Amino acid sequence: MSRRGLLSTLPALTLALFLAPVVAGLVGTWLPAFGYFPTLGGESFSLAPWAMLAAQPGLGESLRLTLLSGFLATFLAFWLTILFLAACHDGRLVLALRGVMAPLIAVPHAAVALGLAFLIAPSGWLVRLVSPWATGWELPPDLATVQDPHGLALTLGLVIKELPFLLLMTLAALGQVRAEERLAVARSLGYGPVTAWLKAVLPAVYRQIRLPVYAVLAYSLSVVDMALVLAPLTPPPLAVQVLRWFNDPDLTLRFVAAAGATLQLLVVVAGIALWRLGELTAAALGRAWIAGGARGRSGRLLRGITSGLVLGLVALAAAGVVALALWSVTRRWRYPDAWPAELSLETWARQAQDVVTFTGNTLLLGLAAAAVALLLVLGCLENEQRRGLTPSNRALWLLYVPLLVPQVAFLFGTQVLAIHAGLDATWVALVWSHLLFVLPYVFLTLGDPYRALDERYARTALCLGARPNRVFWQVKLPMLLRPVLFALAVGFAVSVTQYLPTLFAGGGRIVTLTTEAVGLSSGGDRRVIGVYAFLQALLPLLAFAAALALPRPIAQRRKLQTQPA
Amino acid sequence: MSIINLNQEHGLTLSQMEISLGEKRLLGPVSLEVPPGEVVTVMGPSGCGKSSLLAAICGTLDPALRATGRVLLNGEDISARPPEARHIGILFQDDLLFPHLSVAGNLAFGLPPAVRGRRARRERIEASLAEADMLAFYERDPMTLSGGQRARVALLRTLLSEPRALLLDEPFAKLDVALRARFRGFVFGHARAKGLPTLLVTHDPQDAADAGGPRLQIDADGHIPGGRPAGRGHRPGGVS
Repeated sequence: MSRRGLLSTLPALTLALFLAPVVAGLVGTWLPAFGYFPTLGGESFSLAPWAMLAAQPGLGESLRLTLLSGFLATFLAFWLTILFLAACHDGRLVLALRGVMAPLIAVPHAAVALGLAFLIAPSGWLVRLVSPWATGWELPPDLATVQDPHGLALTLGLVIKELPFLLLMTLAALGQVRAEERLAVARSLGYGPVTAWLKAVLPAVYRQIRLPVYAVLAYSLSVVDMALVLAPLTPPPLAVQVLRWFNDPDLTLRFVAAAGATLQLLVVVAGIALWRLGELTAAALGRAWIAGGARGRSGRLLRGITSGLVLGLVALAAAGVVALALWSVTRRWRYPDAWPAELSLETWARQAQDVVTFTGNTLLLGLAAAAVALLLVLGCLENEQRRGLTPSNRALWLLYVPLLVPQVAFLFGTQVLAIHAGLDATWVALVWSHLLFVLPYVFLTLGDPYRALDERYARTALCLGARPNRVFWQVKLPMLLRPVLFALAVGFAVSVTQYLPTLFAGGGRIVTLTTEAVGLSSGGDRRVIGVYAFLQALLPLLAFAAALALPRPIAQRRKLQTQPA
Repeated sequence: MSIINLNQEHGLTLSQMEISLGEKRLLGPVSLEVPPGEVVTVMGPSGCGKSSLLAAICGTLDPALRATGRVLLNGEDISARPPEARHIGILFQDDLLFPHLSVAGNLAFGLPPAVRGRRARRERIEASLAEADMLAFYERDPMTLSGGQRARVALLRTLLSEPRALLLDEPFAKLDVALRARFRGFVFGHARAKGLPTLLVTHDPQDAADAGGPRLQIDADGHIPGGRPAGRGHRPGGVS
């Protein structure tokens, strides 16, 4: 009886665990933004922090960078995803990409950014490959290809990172809207492949991917770790500037920081509202376009362009990881050589002690956060099934809250609370802060397969005399072993990616591969950065490989027995 | 409505069973008796709620639906019991063998824990397989078996759980014609030999003819034309 009680309280507990810190953190940031922060002598409410914020030099430029890179990156990633699928939905490339999607998404933001910087910097690998024989550059050219004044390098990095995510979410949504049938109907009415997809599939599929698109927009408008590597630093985009104010030794700047963090939240809210307005406009124009009845052409040109762009971006991401690995084993690599003059494991040996510590921290944190998230998610799903509840749309929005609210807008308030609770810089605070971001992804990954399991298996087991708990452990869990392990890997990968939560909750005392790699990025030794960033990219990949390899023995046993005896 | 002997000491009895969704009645009221060893057939078009009736009897009805009325098994009212305490076995259209367990593993899942000791359990499982001429499949993965073999293992698994009544939810529908007749004979033979009251749901008239027992017809609205409960040796209206 008490067990049933525990299970049915799990959804509420889960919600509290991962929403309470966000809400409390937001409030804890808004109070100092309006002057109330007794610890620093702010006893009454005022607008002074906002006046100070407005007077900060470079604020306008920071905002411009944020809006430009955030909107441009989301717009490009979204339209490339849509046009690529419209043009190539029946091609082999989509199938091939499906296979590498998980590892692509698993490469953490920081590693993508650092890898990209290693490639496109003036002294990067790409320039080295073509210099001096093609460019005549004997010295690195004086071009701002990274940290450029318009944030274009950051935009490129964001597109590389978000494209696979949007592709995966859209591919998953296609099945839910019965895209094949819609396409078949449109094609039989004489529509070309691209036009058929855009007119008959996109309107339905967009409804399914709206939340992921908003999450991408919110992320791009408030990114910190990628911006620290790729964006200009004087002044930096808003989120980075807010982080600087929070870390400034001048404590009065905490008020400015809190106001800036609140401004960051407003930017994201306004950004999403603006995007929604764009949706409505596009829908009106789209309806008129559909009503016009134009059939479109073969779309061969678009197919060539979009598949070229997608392949190029995937190749950049992969080459970036290779560049990280190569630099980590480089002893000497003179400009403009295309290849290091001497390879050695010297850097790895020199960093060995830190490598072990930071990798250990990353592993422990990732496994703990993923395991806790998995337990909560399994409990919620099992409770949902036993009580016959149907998942609601509102619950889905709640799940997305930590992905839509900018991290920098609430982590300060959460940290203040953690200090009051004596949790600051403890493992509990760290795992908890990661849980906020790990849990939604684990839920999104596991929800569909869990709900899709034929309920008659459980019914059969019950009628054979098994109690509900035995049915869960001996029937459902083993049958769902693959998606469960996959969700665990996703959770782990999301944890490895986290930079800002680790920084805030860890109080700088608990260092992970991510915080170390990003921390070294400004002016650090490329060989050392290579070590940590490559490891950061490697861990999630290993997690996915393990999740796919572990259930193998069952499949092998089956194959063996199917052979004629 | 009519005289049903609720003190029936043996067999499965449904008394005024009704299934509804909110205010809307989907099926019933149904009252019927299934004596031990007899097969009662419920026929009706798809969507009339036949499967929900079976789910209500074994206690696995979708929580969105509500069942009223009583289910009595050998004189005991089991309507309030959880499914695992009802001792009612069910077979579906699909065999639903657990793919992560071997054939023996599936059978062991059904065998009650009261059969103690590895050796005793193994012997019971082997005996049951031997009886079906399937001893060689003991260690096999169920996914490597043919459809007919899997269907037989599913029945054995149910029988090993020592049910006191058997529900059949169109278990022959997916088998090809030749196999269907054989498996039907296999199921009915076992049910009779063990004296199990058996309730079969189907829309194949041949199933009903082979079953030989009384038939009950449900129409598309969940009504039972004639509305008369089936009693022993007595055939209600609507025989197709």
